[in-house]
Amino acid sequence: MARFGPDEVKVLRKVVSEVIALLSDGFDHTDPVVSRLFPDVYPDSPEDAAEYRRFTEGDLKTGKIDQAGAVLAALPSSGGGEVRLDPESAEAWLRALTDARLALGIRLGVRDDTDLEDELDDAVLQDPTSQRVFQLSVYAYLGYLQESLVGALSRR
Amino acid sequence: MAAPQVVPVETPDVEELPAADAPWVTIVWNDPVNLMSYVTWVFQKLFGYSKEKAEKLMLDVHHKGKAIVTSGARERMEHDASRLHAYGLWATVDKP
Repeated sequence: MARFGPDEVKVLRKVVSEVIALLSDGFDHTDPVVSRLFPDVYPDSPEDAAEYRRFTEGDLKTGKIDQAGAVLAALPSSGGGEVRLDPESAEAWLRALTDARLALGIRLGVRDDTDLEDELDDAVLQDPTSQRVFQLSVYAYLGYLQESLVGALSRR
Repeated sequence: MAAPQVVPVETPDVEELPAADAPWVTIVWNDPVNLMSYVTWVFQKLFGYSKEKAEKLMLDVHHKGKAIVTSGARERMEHDASRLHAYGLWATVDKP
């Protein structure tokens, strides 16, 4: 069970809807986010990779759209509120949050040595109203949410 | 249940095994986004690994850049890679 404020609900709707858009109308293999969400399973063999893709990509895409849809369906339709998740929907949430974090992380240029707090401080110094400040805060928030969900599922 | 057939044989040199017998592997690669706790949880969830084994694999991915998470028939490995992709992990299939 989790309680979300109106702003949190709005942010979650936004990032998850962006993932759905990326997987439907905006689907583009040259987009680095799409290449990350649908990795080449045979990096050294383009033919084998393409063959694998032909058989698996449709299901993978449908699964990703469905799990994003599960998040949208569970959120309060307006304002904030409580969300109760059974284990199955909690797992769908985890997968959907992962896709959203991967997309944001790639757009933000997150690397292994990225210190989120430093990045955020720098971005705020440059322009506290920038898109980057917003996206970094959302990225951090999704990480926090995911950490709590993993914790809740691991304690079961 | 059948008793294990213990036949002492010379241990074959791995390099000499015919290529057809060498199993395929699923490899998970490090990425800067996925949380360590999440990766550990996914390994437990998908492969039924103990917390210890899952954590060790996660740390291998984190520190060495990659880890072999399963091995076996090619179709099986492709299936595992597909499941890992559904969970947002970066997985490839290879025949070492």
